[in-house]
Amino acid sequence: MSDPDEDSCPDPRRRGVLRTGGVLVALALARPALADANGLKAAIAAYSGGREAKPGRVTIDVARLVDNGNAVPITVRVESPMSAADHVRAIALFNERNPERDVARFALSERSGRAVVSTRIRLATSQQLVAIATMSDGSLWAGAVDVVVTLAACIEGEG
Amino acid sequence: MARTLITVPQDAKRGDVIEIRVLIAHPMETGYRVASDGKQVPRDILRRFTCRLDGEVVFAAALFPAISANPYLAFPLRVERSGTLSFAWEGDGGFMQTETATLNVA
Amino acid sequence: MTGALASLALGVLASGLLAVGSAHAQQDARRSGYDDMSSATQAMQRDDTQNPAMLFVADGEALWKRPAGSDAKTCASCHGDARTGMRGVAARYPAFYGSLARPVTLGERLNLCRTRQQRAEAWRAESAELLALEAYVALQSRGQVITPPDDTRLAPFRARGEQRYRRRIGQLDLACAQCHDDHAGKRLGGSTIPQGHPTGYPIYRLEWQALGSLQRRLRGCYSGVRAEAPPYGALELVELELYLASRAAGMPVESPAVRP
Repeated sequence: MSDPDEDSCPDPRRRGVLRTGGVLVALALARPALADANGLKAAIAAYSGGREAKPGRVTIDVARLVDNGNAVPITVRVESPMSAADHVRAIALFNERNPERDVARFALSERSGRAVVSTRIRLATSQQLVAIATMSDGSLWAGAVDVVVTLAACIEGEG
Repeated sequence: MARTLITVPQDAKRGDVIEIRVLIAHPMETGYRVASDGKQVPRDILRRFTCRLDGEVVFAAALFPAISANPYLAFPLRVERSGTLSFAWEGDGGFMQTETATLNVA
Repeated sequence: MTGALASLALGVLASGLLAVGSAHAQQDARRSGYDDMSSATQAMQRDDTQNPAMLFVADGEALWKRPAGSDAKTCASCHGDARTGMRGVAARYPAFYGSLARPVTLGERLNLCRTRQQRAEAWRAESAELLALEAYVALQSRGQVITPPDDTRLAPFRARGEQRYRRRIGQLDLACAQCHDDHAGKRLGGSTIPQGHPTGYPIYRLEWQALGSLQRRLRGCYSGVRAEAPPYGALELVELELYLASRAAGMPVESPAVRP
């Protein structure tokens, strides 16, 4: 079973040379390929060792408009037979605008039976979330979602 | 010892994929919060969760400050036979806690 | 709106207990804050295996059985199993406490028992222990309806609570009634303004990332309109709670609830 703390590609021989220019991770983003102001793409590239993650098979279930950014329920699902030969080894969740890009990394195995993990996360503001799934054959898949987070309208100082 | 709430279905049959849920009381202090005295509150989070079945890791998670306070995790497990589940949390300040639960599989 | 609400409340009290959702000639226009939440937050409350408040309910259950005070008595020593002994109790609070000649909240009543019966030190307002025990006791009323006591001694306090509910306060010069009666259901920023019924206290509030009492929530509202919040335990807050309970009479208790 893989260690969730590891990058998806711990073997240095498999780290390819970073592609010059362009997008390292081909995600089906609706927005244009902007400069990576928040380091999201860089964080994903560091995790994936620069390897490309194909969009698909990964779904992020989250409310599109959250009640409160302190505790946002989220479920990540990956299509996979979860057999010994073909299963999800790891799921990594990234955010775009919190102080840090990492949210969580999960390690699964063929014993998991299904590739579905739920948790609750903090979102500082409206932003994109990206989930990267690493398969047992080493391939990477990605899913993304945009979430709207509004601050509480009533500012309550507590004293 | 932090309070935990662990849910393991007790009606599983061999080959079922069950969902295990764990909740633990912990503030998950991000390290970015400023207290009312103007001082930054230091980071104090849980960093790792591991679930083992009869000693073998079946699920693990690396947690970051973006995980909410009182962290909740729900994860799957295909069950073949009864056994003992253990749940371990590790975190800042030397935090370590392990809980166990029986897995009954028909 | 206020006249209709007052007559509705009287109608409910006069006709006895009314569970929300039951057939009634006049549709109950009252909504719990639960109805204004997203389905994800509702799911968090509905499921005891997911509701963060249940962590603290478990603490409360442990406190119920913990000896305290000079005689090392537990709550159970006098009240037995909370599931029977405390059934319906939280639904009747605030209630009149004779020797203090005023109403008290559930939290205050727990502390009175602790100091006067167990002869132990009172727990600080909003302390983890008091909130945990309050959550455990309030859980024993879940599913029952809010049932303010039919006690004439409460009348003058309730009347003052209602006056406070309608009085404009703070730099923003707003009264509770303006948001929670006149504009309930509309949006303030990205949030829906709830009607403000105390159906689920103590709540796990996502904004606090913690369990908290109705007093904490009310004090937050005072700050929100830029008014000085009365201190914890102030009679003004208890009177407001008393009025809110009568305004919500007949609505089901959801404690411990989750709220944004």
